[in-house]
Amino acid sequence: MIRALSFISLVILWQIGALLSEPRQLPGPIIVVQTIVREAQSGALLTHLMATTLRVCAAFLLAMSLGTAIGYMMGRVKTIDRLLDPWTVILLNVPALVVIVLSYIWFGLTETAAIGAVALNKLPNVIITIREGARSLSQEYEDLATVFKFSAINRLRHIIIPQLGPYIAATMRTGLSLVWKLVLIVELLGRSDGIGFQINLAFQLFDMRLLLAYALPFITLMLIIETFLVQPFERRVSRWRNNDA
Amino acid sequence: MLEVSVETKSFASDKNCSKSILSSIHFYLKEGEVGAILGPSGYGKTTLMRIIAGLDKDFIGNVTYPKSWRLGAVFQEPRLLPWRSISDNLKISTPHDQQEYCAKLLDIFGLNKHLDLFPGQLSLGLARRVALVRALAIKPDILLLDEPFVSLDEQLAQELRIELSRVIDASNITTLLVTHDIDEAIALSDRLYLFSKTIPASIHEVIDNPMARHALAPEAARELKEKILTALSKEQTKQAN
Repeated sequence: MIRALSFISLVILWQIGALLSEPRQLPGPIIVVQTIVREAQSGALLTHLMATTLRVCAAFLLAMSLGTAIGYMMGRVKTIDRLLDPWTVILLNVPALVVIVLSYIWFGLTETAAIGAVALNKLPNVIITIREGARSLSQEYEDLATVFKFSAINRLRHIIIPQLGPYIAATMRTGLSLVWKLVLIVELLGRSDGIGFQINLAFQLFDMRLLLAYALPFITLMLIIETFLVQPFERRVSRWRNNDA
Repeated sequence: MLEVSVETKSFASDKNCSKSILSSIHFYLKEGEVGAILGPSGYGKTTLMRIIAGLDKDFIGNVTYPKSWRLGAVFQEPRLLPWRSISDNLKISTPHDQQEYCAKLLDIFGLNKHLDLFPGQLSLGLARRVALVRALAIKPDILLLDEPFVSLDEQLAQELRIELSRVIDASNITTLLVTHDIDEAIALSDRLYLFSKTIPASIHEVIDNPMARHALAPEAARELKEKILTALSKEQTKQAN
């Protein structure tokens, strides 16, 4: 209820702002919605939205799976940790833009370079969080699995992943927002489709309507993913914590 | 037969030197026998259990039993997976062909009503019962029990001991119990190994108990308890000298 009120007041503020300023600087919500409908009818909106969403998914999954595997190994094996720790720290501190530009220069303006660059930016973040989780895995449950001769799969499913769950959820949450923001940048710099590309176009034309008509649906989509996929996952992995007597 | 022979077990202590905590522990249990390690807390009983369970391989000596034997254990705390329901906890560790037997055990230990709950929702008594069923459900040939009924009220502990005795005898399970509770050791075990209160700890006396797992005449039980207490205090005076 409060959320809805807050949202409505934002729209009202936007309308007031639009009335007070020039339409070129801030078009009102109605004009923007009309533009969205127009772009959607032409099919362009969906095409660009799909392109960006696929990139977000690919980069996100790549960073999460690779980061979880590396982070887990670093958390469990000291030698691997010592070996990879400096790389992680370096990667964590290299500006995203540097990674993106280098990736485009070295690997060309390709899809692989774009997705790889985004994933690489997210990777150290995942590694560090999962490493923390792997370090805190309980020896007691490990012993339990050994005594009761759990298979490798059961060990992973019932002992390791449930303990890493909250860490995975935490890094997913921060990960998704970081990844989609970066995807727009790689699109702006080196792709010929996607929301980032359209925003660049709108910027060059100084077309605020077009810019908002592409930004808003995309932000909405990301909010939907966050609310209906990421948050339920987070609740699921921490569900058992609420069952304490 | 389970044969345990631990020459020494040491832990690395701070100043690059190691501290020996178990020394010269040798005993065996024949098939279906129940032995109890009786001694005060904090003298390496749990460490010995970990060694026998194969969780600690850093010791001098060896633990042998037939390769085909299955080992089940009840840890000092129930150690159920808090993120899985009771029925899942049991399903995960019980082999497929043993699920029916597991259901039977659940019935014996009165757990059927609680299968959908999570471990955090159970009382300690119930959680200990689940841990016991989990260990028994794999049809173990060796059962290790590390203070399985500690901090339960006496009446419940006694009920559980009786149920456990029945299952142990019915399935001929070679069992090693670690406890500081003399009554518990007398009720369950054919042989009592008294742990010394020294560091490193060792077995300083072995007492046979022909009446294990039977309703013991109060007189006989008292006599046996006397004998154990004398042995324990004798050891203490020896130390004081």
